[in-house]
Amino acid sequence: MSTEVAPEVAKTRRFKFNWVDSFLWFVRVVAIIAITVGIVGSFQKFAAGEGPSAVAWRDLIISSISTGSMYGLIALGYSMVYGVLGFINFAHGEVFMSGTMVGLISATLLFNNGFWESNPLISIFVVLLVAMITSTLVAIVIERVAYRPLRGAPRLIPLITSIGVSFFVQYSFAGLFGVALRNYPPAPPRLAADLTVFGTTFPISGTRALVIGVAIVSMIGLWYFVTKTKTGSAMRAVAEDKEIAGLMGIDVDKTIVTTFAVGGAMAGVAGLMWALLFRGVDFLTGFLPGIKAFTAAVLGGIGNLPGAMLGGIMLGLFEGVGPLLVLDGLGIPGVSQLKDAVAFAALVLVLIFRPTGLLGERLGSEDRV
Amino acid sequence: MRLDPHSRKWGLVAGLIMSFMAAIGMIRSFDDRMMINPVLSLGYIALLLSPALFGYLAARGEVNILEEPERNIAEGASKGAMAGLIAGAVTVAFLLVTSPFDLSGFFPNISTAMYDVMTFHQGLGVGSLLLVAISALVGALGGALYGVGDVARNGIFRALGWVMLFALFELVVTDVIDFRPIVRFIYVQGGGLQFWSALIIGGLAWWLGVRYQGKRAEYSDAAKASEAGSRLRYSLIGVGILLLIVLPMIVGGIVNELLINVALFILMGLGLNIVVGLAGLLDLGYVAFFAVGAYGMAVLTSPLSPTLTPALNWWVALPIVMVFAAIAGVLVGTPVLRMRGDYLAIVTLGFGEIVRLLLLSDWLTPYFGGAQGITRIPGITSGPVTISGTSPELFIYMTMIFVAIAAYVSHRAQNSRVGRAWAAMREDEDVAEAIGISTVSAKLLAFVTGAIIASFAGALFSAKVGTVFTNSFDVLVSIIILVVVIVGGMGSIRGVALGALMLIGVLGGPKSQGLLTEFSEFKLLIYGAILVYMMLKRPEGLLPSVRRSRELHGAEAEQDAWLDRKGDFVDEDAEEAVT
Repeated sequence: MSTEVAPEVAKTRRFKFNWVDSFLWFVRVVAIIAITVGIVGSFQKFAAGEGPSAVAWRDLIISSISTGSMYGLIALGYSMVYGVLGFINFAHGEVFMSGTMVGLISATLLFNNGFWESNPLISIFVVLLVAMITSTLVAIVIERVAYRPLRGAPRLIPLITSIGVSFFVQYSFAGLFGVALRNYPPAPPRLAADLTVFGTTFPISGTRALVIGVAIVSMIGLWYFVTKTKTGSAMRAVAEDKEIAGLMGIDVDKTIVTTFAVGGAMAGVAGLMWALLFRGVDFLTGFLPGIKAFTAAVLGGIGNLPGAMLGGIMLGLFEGVGPLLVLDGLGIPGVSQLKDAVAFAALVLVLIFRPTGLLGERLGSEDRV
Repeated sequence: MRLDPHSRKWGLVAGLIMSFMAAIGMIRSFDDRMMINPVLSLGYIALLLSPALFGYLAARGEVNILEEPERNIAEGASKGAMAGLIAGAVTVAFLLVTSPFDLSGFFPNISTAMYDVMTFHQGLGVGSLLLVAISALVGALGGALYGVGDVARNGIFRALGWVMLFALFELVVTDVIDFRPIVRFIYVQGGGLQFWSALIIGGLAWWLGVRYQGKRAEYSDAAKASEAGSRLRYSLIGVGILLLIVLPMIVGGIVNELLINVALFILMGLGLNIVVGLAGLLDLGYVAFFAVGAYGMAVLTSPLSPTLTPALNWWVALPIVMVFAAIAGVLVGTPVLRMRGDYLAIVTLGFGEIVRLLLLSDWLTPYFGGAQGITRIPGITSGPVTISGTSPELFIYMTMIFVAIAAYVSHRAQNSRVGRAWAAMREDEDVAEAIGISTVSAKLLAFVTGAIIASFAGALFSAKVGTVFTNSFDVLVSIIILVVVIVGGMGSIRGVALGALMLIGVLGGPKSQGLLTEFSEFKLLIYGAILVYMMLKRPEGLLPSVRRSRELHGAEAEQDAWLDRKGDFVDEDAEEAVT
């Protein structure tokens, strides 16, 4: 039987021309050619001694990785919520912003006391705690008020709700804190200097090293929490199948709250990183990192936690190095303005090339296609 | 006496809302707008709305659809008063806890001016007591309202609603009446209703409402029951069109300006409605097509366009812009054809931002002017007449024509083969594919139609304003159009019109002010709150399309009735008071 059918199927497949597929192939080919030409152009420039020097490239890569690890931490929240509830929590960027904003109060108070200068690490730890607690609380409240009544609604409805929540939180913070950009106190000189361990100086500033270190520690902590603890297995069970998890005696609502809380805590950590890396915060701070972090989550494979972290770092590299490496090589002027455009283009290209992400997506039984 | 759990719950919620509104500076800033001279400002209405509303809810308690609720004035009032008392106490606690510290460095709105307004300018001691007392009183009134009979309650709502409308829309009323003695009779110089005119308006609304109660329902039933094509229906439509033609002549320049804005958003809303409402594709980058229309028109018609300066007539350029928009629709639509609904949303958002960032970048500045934008875009010249933004009373007709075209196209598409294909695809893509609908062409058709309608809006916008800058095209615009469509009712043409009137006209658009200029600082906060509220309580919108609400509520009946938790529904009575 099968021997008769198979060639026929193959034949119809072979002769079916589908112009959507051809268009997508065209996009793929153009993208690959453009990227190759751009990279070759940049290398030629570099070989000719034009453009950024080797040291500048190295610094760019290091700073991209530290920004990327921040995206990765925010992406964890998107990924976990998507894995469990199957919708994009558009307001997650605002959860991140709330941590940064409230952390600012503690940082300013510590700075005014002089404690920030004398005990930088303890101060940063305090700010970290404040940011984490705030973000966690905001995430829990959002879940309770806006998302819980929507369990089982058509999937676009929670997404639209989360857009509304995002606006509401943004402009609440605009009302509370005012619309002006505020700055964190500058990192203490000891921290801002290049990292020195046992007399060896590394070409990375202390803050960036701290950011990457905190990201690694949080990731390990999260990994331990999700894979080794009972709550973590409950989370994975709920992500797999809410109904059956409920039948197995898991409190589904409580587990979902935990998911939001953990995602919020990670966003709070990212909030501290933002403070260390960029210092300036306002009520719109969460928007772009939020969307980029979602891109990172998709890039790594949504629902996949190591994937989110990897995707974040990749995205940081794309948007940090990409404009100079690819666009500059193509002869496009003013490439640094196109940083965000590159990040969004990366999202489109990932979804065209590999919609399941780098490490593959992990979705619950209902969301799998 | 045991504390009623509903009073406690709603009182706490009301208190938190009151404190929140105080902390974000809403009450302070609304206090500048006088509503009923000299007693009541918008700030106090905003403040006391919470105890009234939640007092009402506390009196209602648990909703049981099966039983006719017991209504008792005294009991309602006592429950409401308890809720109001708690609300006032929570607010006072917030004030007392924050007052010893100087927080204005971090929270600019927790200022002495705010304390002053919150305590009725009486100082913290007396003012706190006053706040608790007034809050309890208003809560009691709200609760008592639940207890009174239906006729009386509707009368009160109607009276309050009309007084609020007259107070809020002072600008329109003065503009329409345009006869000083009458205006002076109704309003105080410098804002706010006269006290007695508020009484007269309220009394009239009550009296007319009671007098025509039965008849009104009859008329609206008749209008609803009139079948398409019947004489009554045609005459209703005729009256509506006549009203639309006459309206811009009556009102003045400011209101016309506003109406143009509303009409532009109706136009874009109708376009997005095809994509989101009919085809079910959540497009968050819709502003990109608006930008294509506006920039296309700017480049083709402006004599100052940087590189290409064909300086065409608007009407000649229009078909070219439409073609551009269609191409843009296909370019955006094709890569997202295979994506899941929520990925599609984010990717379209990305596309929208990419378009804006590219227009702004140095790379394309030689063609589109970058941050300087393109200026001196001529108006719409047809023969001897040139219509531009300087003559809003003519321009409004121009936009109306395009709104009519878009409405006609949506209406025809909705009830055609394509419309049914969209509906099928929206409900279940796989099944639609299986019964032989080409989802590829259906989706692309939706994107292209939506894009062309948005390009109309863009073309009109650039001709009206005369300049285009990239900041008119940020993601906010996409989201606000989406809110317009959702609030009005996805898939419903009347809904889009209502949504645009209420949101853009009253609250204001992304870059423009609405009728209530006081709201402009908080309009996006209100937009967010409205969006969440609508999704939680009424996802089908205010004027839903029949099919949409059947979809949403049909799913409800089959599944676990997520909408059934309408337990704490802030019901139609309260909405009637607003609209």
